[in-house]
Amino acid sequence: MTRPDGLATLTAPSFAGRFLFRHDILRGYLLLSPTLVVLALAILIPFALLVAMSFWSMAGYDMVTEPSLGNYAAILEQPMYGVLLGRSLMVAAIATGVTVILSYPVAYYVAFHVHRNKMMWIILLTLPFWTSYLLRVFAWRVVLGYEGAINSSLLGLELIEAPLQAFLYSKTAVTIALAHAWAAFAILPIYVSLEKIDKSLLEAAADLGDSPARRFWRITLPLSLPGVVSAFFLMFIPTVGDYVTPAMLGGPDGLMIGNLIQAQFGPINNWPMGAALSLVMLVAVAVAGGMFLLLTRLVRR
Amino acid sequence: MAEREIFNRHNRPLAVYATAFTLFLYLPILFIPLFSVNSGLYQRFPLEGLTLDWYAQLFARGPVFDALQNSLQVGLAVSVISTVLAVPAAKALSRAVLPGKRPITGFVMLPLIVPGLVFGVALLVVISRLGIPLSLYTVALGHVVICLPFAISILLPRFEGANRSLEEASADLGENGWWTFWRVTFPGILPGVVASLLLTFTVSFDEFIMAFFLSGTDPTLPMYIWTQLRFPQSFPALLALSSLILLASFALVFLSLWFARMGRPASSLVPR
Repeated sequence: MTRPDGLATLTAPSFAGRFLFRHDILRGYLLLSPTLVVLALAILIPFALLVAMSFWSMAGYDMVTEPSLGNYAAILEQPMYGVLLGRSLMVAAIATGVTVILSYPVAYYVAFHVHRNKMMWIILLTLPFWTSYLLRVFAWRVVLGYEGAINSSLLGLELIEAPLQAFLYSKTAVTIALAHAWAAFAILPIYVSLEKIDKSLLEAAADLGDSPARRFWRITLPLSLPGVVSAFFLMFIPTVGDYVTPAMLGGPDGLMIGNLIQAQFGPINNWPMGAALSLVMLVAVAVAGGMFLLLTRLVRR
Repeated sequence: MAEREIFNRHNRPLAVYATAFTLFLYLPILFIPLFSVNSGLYQRFPLEGLTLDWYAQLFARGPVFDALQNSLQVGLAVSVISTVLAVPAAKALSRAVLPGKRPITGFVMLPLIVPGLVFGVALLVVISRLGIPLSLYTVALGHVVICLPFAISILLPRFEGANRSLEEASADLGENGWWTFWRVTFPGILPGVVASLLLTFTVSFDEFIMAFFLSGTDPTLPMYIWTQLRFPQSFPALLALSSLILLASFALVFLSLWFARMGRPASSLVPR
């Protein structure tokens, strides 16, 4: 929509001011520009340098800026990298899948069965997500620890004789903590897509004699699928690269790719390798996400 | 009538499940305050006795207060900067016609999805290549990147829900853009601004991974906790500290979400 009076203002005395004031689109970009400049400086430039650095290499303690594919070749050749990457994708996929399935009924309940205190429910469900991630993972360490809440209770009740070691410092612990920590975030998109469903469709189906189960399978579930898909992405992508949870609860066999990347920038001190690993992780996440999207498209047909 | 029948029917199993789910969300966190008042050094059952010693021990630690001060400074700066940036950005993104709106929104919301670790190392790489020393300023920069999408997604529905005709009336009556904003638009989005300030402050105050990569010698509170986790004897004092942080965070976020949803349907404040 261009303003019909847009041209007339061009001849007005305070040309620039009026032009910007009247011209909606330009004004929009002007309003956005501070944010875009900050994000360009803090995201685009660092990311470009990260890409460049991934082709560099280390000679002793010095970085060699001669571009080479050495880091990527090493990632392909040494099985350790593939194993950690595969494990990260697996753990994130399982945690995300479990969370999405478990939160769907909750989102459904709030969308369709809560009438008065909807806002209270949504606030209660999302509240933990906004508070310290570090402390929420820390809490799991207290719960799952060798002499933690679960083990000491089971010992006290004489259900077990020695503390179970299955929980802490394992992939299971990481998966549980990730699923729990992100549940609040996964509920939101599912809730929104359920809330948006036109209730008259369900009424029509009911009038035409569809049972509740049939209404769910034929109307509610397909229409809420976009919310399920975005919940999957909102949780899967960040959890693949998580550092805190595997570092706190993972132990040696629960380490993930994020820990390896951190190690390259920390104790191992091979920043170019860390850069290459970050990019490989992003590409792997994109590929996995693409496959998931393709799968949901196929299922929907 | 059909509506009553379909949507108002009680579904007890579902209600029980949803309640249990919500309780479970809070369950692990509740162990932190529980063990923080337990007199035993180890976090196990049965509880040994009620004590406030760990809190006393916590307040006797000087570095805790330094870290608290650092976190407060960073949090205040980050909340103001990201909200001030987000207000015009959300206003621009809320208008109907803006070529490239979708890709721009996607770009701005990127930090919500891409693992924080990647932004942390990318910023670290640039900052160190430029020879800038790591400090609370670099931490704050990292936090602004993370907080901007949150601030924008809180403010966006406010602008979208605003009554455009009021602004037009104000403009027709001869107010310029600046006064129209302050006298018509701003009062309408004020709850969103308050919500954004509170939420971004809390996110920054609690944030760990950016601080982990971008901190210099001054730790923020989460960094302080991280470095102290190695020492088992300081665990109870950390539980006391964590209880206080959780309490403050929950109160702030609750207030923020309340403001964000004031007079708005429950479906607002959802990242798209």
